[in-house]
Amino acid sequence: MIKESTLMSDNASESTTLPAGDYLLKKILKGQTLRITDLEGNQAADTIFYNANNTAERYSAMDTIRQQGNVYLTAGSRLLSNFRNPLLTIVADTCGRHDTLGGACATESNAVRYDLEKRCMHACRDSWMLAVAENEALGLTKRDITHNINFFMNVPITPEGGLSFEDGISAPGKYVELLAEMDVLILISNCPQLNNPCNGYNPTPVEITLWGS
Amino acid sequence: MTNPVYSYTLPPASHWSLKVRKGTLLKLTDIEGGGNLGIMFYNPENLLERYNAPDTLKCQHTFKLTTGNCLYSDMGRIFCSIVADDHGWHETVSGNSTVEIIKEKWGELNYQQARNEWQQNGFNSFLVELAKYGMNERDMVSNLNCFSKVEVDRKGNISLAASSSPSGTSVSLRFEMDTLIVMHSCPHPLSTESVYPRKPVLCEFFNAKTVYDNDLCINHCNENKRGFDNNRLYHMGMGR
Repeated sequence: MIKESTLMSDNASESTTLPAGDYLLKKILKGQTLRITDLEGNQAADTIFYNANNTAERYSAMDTIRQQGNVYLTAGSRLLSNFRNPLLTIVADTCGRHDTLGGACATESNAVRYDLEKRCMHACRDSWMLAVAENEALGLTKRDITHNINFFMNVPITPEGGLSFEDGISAPGKYVELLAEMDVLILISNCPQLNNPCNGYNPTPVEITLWGS
Repeated sequence: MTNPVYSYTLPPASHWSLKVRKGTLLKLTDIEGGGNLGIMFYNPENLLERYNAPDTLKCQHTFKLTTGNCLYSDMGRIFCSIVADDHGWHETVSGNSTVEIIKEKWGELNYQQARNEWQQNGFNSFLVELAKYGMNERDMVSNLNCFSKVEVDRKGNISLAASSSPSGTSVSLRFEMDTLIVMHSCPHPLSTESVYPRKPVLCEFFNAKTVYDNDLCINHCNENKRGFDNNRLYHMGMGR
């Protein structure tokens, strides 16, 4: 569902550009609104959320899909935790659909999907592993790297049970906006994928904007 | 088929876990029909390696799992292959029933009241088994729901197909590496049955036949060939 935001960029409390291949790990307080903007189009922002006060509670694709009765995410979707609590709600979306089934790229899955020689290429899971290692104080480990949302990715399911990665339905400047329902940690890997035609083999930056204090 | 090496009927609303050796074939049978078996997969030598549903689906360009499909770990390896399947569609995105889901659908019936007829849920079943290996909810990722067909319409709405599994429906998993499996026989979280479904699942373990290069699962897609190559690398020095 396409829903425009009513928030003005001039009122934002902060804004950061995240290049492809980098990660962002940031605390967002309950009531704050986060916007992720696909600056150049057809980028994937691979994102995990945690309860900032108890990281054992985290985004669950299974619980979110089951409880909303739909595999796609858009405005109105409540992102549920593994304890069935809402972490954030998507309050605006100019893309219309986001994927939570396709998972993140990893060096290991790249080897399976594309070629065994692709193992050395940078992948989202590597960015997350670095985030875990560089932020030891949070106590996160590989076991906390679970299911994610691929903002701006289009992964349609057919009634016959097929699944494919299609060209994006995103475009330069499209965005998704989320309202934090509790204090959350957001972990974004801005996807470095160089093997998938759906981004034109050209990973690009996203912009992270925050409203509220 | 020869006699099973071991056979056990998992009673309804129960949980179980065990380490399965590479080269084992596990045949699961929905004895009465309408059953559901939740199952998770871990590498017993490194519990941080676990089943990854997104990789499994995207590697094979499928939403449903059936004969020819392989179940992948997050390390690009194959825990097991589906070598036979009467059902044609096992799902891996809906997760588990919970205390709240059971209560909402079928009311509260606790152990004090019902003893072994209690309405156990899938989430707690998995927690109990995971705790035996030092794991907890942080380690609970996605599970396979055998015998359950969850369909998706053009708009992405999901629904559980009613009574998709007649009595005697079976699916056979051939293990391609040593695997810790964690199972429960609790109802599917999207079940619309009017009473709590109590369905046993027969688990029969066989020695799998030798895997040759013309194997159905290896040749299902190029991705699976590479997945098997990854397993070969993993087992290098330990024999085929």
